[in-house]
This record gives sequence, C-alpha cells and structure tokens, in this order.
Amino acid sequence: MRQVQLTIVLICVALTSACVSMPPAHDYTAFRNADPHSILILPPLNKSTEVVAPYSVMSQLVTPIAESGFYVFPVAVVDQTFKNNGLTVANDIQALPIQKIREIFAADAALYLTIEQYGTNYVVLASDTVVGVSATLVDLRTGDTLWQGAASASSAESRGNNGGGLVGMLVEAALNQIIETVTDRGFDIAAITSNRLLSADSHNGLLHGPRSTKYGQAATSENQK
Amino acid sequence: MRVFCLVFLTVLLAAACKTTEPTYYYGAYPQAIYSYFKADETSLSQQILILEQVIEQAQGKGKPVAPGVHAHLGMLYFESGNAEQGVSHFEQEKALFPESAAYLDFLMNNTAGAKT
Repeated sequence: MRQVQLTIVLICVALTSACVSMPPAHDYTAFRNADPHSILILPPLNKSTEVVAPYSVMSQLVTPIAESGFYVFPVAVVDQTFKNNGLTVANDIQALPIQKIREIFAADAALYLTIEQYGTNYVVLASDTVVGVSATLVDLRTGDTLWQGAASASSAESRGNNGGGLVGMLVEAALNQIIETVTDRGFDIAAITSNRLLSADSHNGLLHGPRSTKYGQAATSENQK
Repeated sequence: MRVFCLVFLTVLLAAACKTTEPTYYYGAYPQAIYSYFKADETSLSQQILILEQVIEQAQGKGKPVAPGVHAHLGMLYFESGNAEQGVSHFEQEKALFPESAAYLDFLMNNTAGAKT
C-alpha cells in the first residue's frame, strides 16, 4: 500500500513539474494582422566557435516552420543565391535592405537568427551539448517585427523529457541516418531547439500558418491563460 | 492495485505524449541540407539519390513532400549539369508551392544558359 501512495505522489510531482511557470503569452496582434504565408530563413549570426553551427541550425529550422503551416524557402538554394551574389557573411546578409530581399525572394517575412550557444561543455563527470538560438521574424513588406523568441536545448535533459513530438522527431532522425557523417550530437539537439523556438505547438512559438489545419486558431500560449 | 496504477500511469503518459502526425514527409531532407552545407564527402550524385528516395518514400506513404525538397533537388541537378531535370524539379516545387514561383523563376531566368 505504501508503494501505491508513493506512486501517486510521484505522479503528482511529475505532473506539476511538467507545468512549471510558463512565461506570459506573446502579443500576436502584429503577426496576425500581417498574415505572412511564406518565411525566408536568413543565414544566422554565429556567436559560438563551431563553424558548422549555422549549417546545422538552418537545416533543422525547416521542419518546425513548415509544420506550423508556412512555406519555407529552400535554405541551401537561398544560401547559394547569396553566395553567387558575393554575399558570404551572415552579418552582411542580415544588413541587406528588406526591399532588396523581398525583390529577389518575394517572401512575406524573413527570420533573422542568432546562434547564442552551440557545442559541448565538458565537465568532470558528464558532458552535455547545448544549442541556443534567438530569432526575430520581420515582415518584408513593412519592416515590422512580427514575432521574437529564444530557445535552447541540451543533451543533458534527454532523460525523461515530456516532449512527445520531439521524441518522435528524434526517432525519425535516428531512422534516417543514411548519411553517416551528419550524425553529430549538435545536429540532433538543434532539431529540439528549433522545434521549441518556432513550432506553432510550442509555448510562444509561431502562429499556425495558412497551410495548417489549425490556421486562424489561437496560438498555443494564448490558450494557456 | 499495483497493476491498476501501472496501467493508469501508462495511459497518462501515452496521453501526454500524443503527437500530431506531421503534415509533410521530410525523410533525410534535413540531413541532405546539412551535408550539402558542410560539403562533406557525400557526392553530388549521392545527394541526388537521397532526395529522389525522399520523394519516392513520400509517394509510398501518400504524403506531400516537404517544401523545398524539389527546389533543393533541382539545384543539385543544375549543379551536376542536368538542366533539364533541374527545371523539371523547380517546376514541381512551383506547382506544389506557388509561394516559391517568383524566386525560382528569377533563378531560372538568371541561370538560363549558365550554370548556377
């Protein structure tokens, strides 16, 4: 009987810990009014020392934006277009006038990103890989900021985490390790960070876009009043 | 009683972990992008093969392919000198996602005759 009680206590603890204080909901007014249909991912600024960080993060950003219901421009093709026009530095690309970007890509909005953290911290008994990203979504027609967010993920939290969708994604990723050379840890963690940051199903993520069946519905954080 | 608890816990966990089925099929598309960016040892023809497989797998599952797959594949074909397949995949991306039309037309007009 004591075990039963213990189990119940454990369940309660588990449930409450899953609901720890969420930050207040974003104001989605500007986002909703602008109603962007397509999002262009610009090469991110990289504050980490990892050269592959922008590549890894850009590759993983596609899924949560597309799943939220927006058209995502093909990141590699976009990057190549900048390179062919002599733009190889993220700083220069992010400083381009929005009219110029809109002219070439005809995107409704652009995502300006900064990689705050990327890599493995080695400590005495364990090491963990952390990926932290901040982002601003800018309306390319008006220059207005539509949304801002920041998120991070760490390999140390993988045990007993509650993001079912993420577990699914990771399983999918594991099954898809066709290209053996890309199986580094940061790449996997970047998927979790991207999903947390942008997915319309995440707290304070993007709104549901026009290609989503939930288009027009309240954002996830707006429901958690 | 213990069994009941276990069952209850399992149901609870399963409910908490309910995932919504993804809209699109991605397969190895993110890995392919990463591989392309890093310019690792995956050859152009291997990368093409991987994305052709993604498209095939999507069809097998009856799911729409993720935005960008056809455009990315088109770019790989252009780079390998196969402009015909390049144009074909750009056109498929445009058909599936009209949001991409202006950009891909811009690329095709600029690369007509020349390589990407």
